[in-house]
Amino acid sequence: MRKVYLDHAATTPLREEVLEVMLPYFSQHFGNPSSIHWYGREIRKVVEAAREQAKALLGGSSGSIYFTSGGTESDNIAILGAAEALAKKGNHIITSAVEHHAVLDACKSLEKKGYELTVLPVNQHGLVSPDSLAAAITDKTVLVTIMHANNEVGTIQPIKELAAVARQHGVLFHSDGVQAVGQIPVNLDELGVDMYTISGHKIYGPKGVGALYIRKGVKVRPLYHGGAQEEKVRPGTENVAGIVGLARALELAVEEQRSLADTLLPLREKMIKGLTALPDVTLNGHTSLRLPNNVNISVDRVEGESLILSLDMAGIAVSSGSACTSGELEPSHVLMAMGLDHQTAHGSLRMTMGRSTSEQDIDYVLDVVPGIIERLRAMSPLKGEGGKQNVQ
Amino acid sequence: MYSEKVMDHFQNPRNVGEIKDADGIGEVGNVRCGDIMKLYIKVGKDETIEDIKFQTFGCGAAIATSSIITELVKGKTLSEAVTISNKDVAEALDGLPPVKMHCSNLAADALRAAVEDYNKKKA
Ligand SMILES: Cc1ncc(COP(=O)(O)O)c(C=O)c1O
Repeated sequence: MRKVYLDHAATTPLREEVLEVMLPYFSQHFGNPSSIHWYGREIRKVVEAAREQAKALLGGSSGSIYFTSGGTESDNIAILGAAEALAKKGNHIITSAVEHHAVLDACKSLEKKGYELTVLPVNQHGLVSPDSLAAAITDKTVLVTIMHANNEVGTIQPIKELAAVARQHGVLFHSDGVQAVGQIPVNLDELGVDMYTISGHKIYGPKGVGALYIRKGVKVRPLYHGGAQEEKVRPGTENVAGIVGLARALELAVEEQRSLADTLLPLREKMIKGLTALPDVTLNGHTSLRLPNNVNISVDRVEGESLILSLDMAGIAVSSGSACTSGELEPSHVLMAMGLDHQTAHGSLRMTMGRSTSEQDIDYVLDVVPGIIERLRAMSPLKGEGGKQNVQ
Repeated sequence: MYSEKVMDHFQNPRNVGEIKDADGIGEVGNVRCGDIMKLYIKVGKDETIEDIKFQTFGCGAAIATSSIITELVKGKTLSEAVTISNKDVAEALDGLPPVKMHCSNLAADALRAAVEDYNKKKA
């Protein structure tokens, strides 16, 4: 059976070139970078080179890279750390309704501690408006966190404009760029952000490693207490192999961003065109301010998990914003924030392409999906707008 | 995460469809939680379930539980059929993942609703 992996927003395979540079750092070059002797000094150089490389690749000339255990930790350090460091200045933070849970739940944990939280709405395409941000900022606001690109619908936020609004008001701006890096150009100086999150496993690097960029002068209170590693922003002996892998993965992702986008854009458009031509199938997200690898549709009268299972049986791996797939009772908060009704949100399907995706894969998907939808609709008690023409 | 039996019923659901002149119809669930089950029964001699069909909007568990209950109760009397619990349905499928026990395991409720509907119509 043909196997098609269309869940690259969930995770990506580690690249051979990345694995290769990581391997020596498990047993051969095993030293602790904090050690003063030769074994440690040798590794310290490697870690610092990775840090400088990552910083240069992200175009963040006025800050530093701090290595972490992944996107989730970077988001938490940025949000909890900055809010606590600025507790004397104010207690108001602002985020958006479509953030990843790593951001949203970190913000909500501050709310429980007595912070004031504003969750900015999005329009039907998932976009946050800079005007709404400007209107939400008060003299108590200390931090704004808005993601660069959304993991479910691929909507790309106007980060440069949003960060400029925050800067005008003297408020820190963090952005979660986990899904953006490698998909669209990222230059932190140009974006004007104070903090930025990346993760290894979304860019063909290792799982369990990420980084947080922090502009010079921005203070964060660490989540952990321990040694002096990562300037105490993130104590603990460094994940050296992971850090080396992250830097190499980032290098390849940045180098190849343009060519990957050029390959994926026509495939994305072909898939969107083919799928939305089916009866009662709609596109979620934005048509152009969209990651090149993301397709997200809603299939009316069909539930998302049953679509995933059916596609899985045909060898196609995808995901959904249906409640059944999140372990929660409510469907995706992202789709609901975009104004979808429950049924439409439950019937969503996310397909995220990657380096290995070919046109044949897309043809296969377009071949298989109509039959699956028809079969599930035939089982559904819900009827289409135009009567029963879709129900057999 | 699902048993082979669940996947079998999901892939080859038994008794899908609508009974046009059903004697009882039971519908449970709502779009909010993402599961709607509709069971149709045809009641024959001695109050036995002569025919049963289902239509379900929902996840794999919702479809599989609807499918298997049609097998479990076909030919049974109404009083036998209503003793089947949601738990019995889950067991007949070799179990369901814990998160599915509440939201998608509604087939026995749908059946009882269909029987109630039948009794109401008859009265
Ligand atoms: C937008 C976004 N932020 C954060 C994360 C979490 O990253 P990690 O899995 O490295 O903790 C993810 C991955 O699921 C993501 O898509």
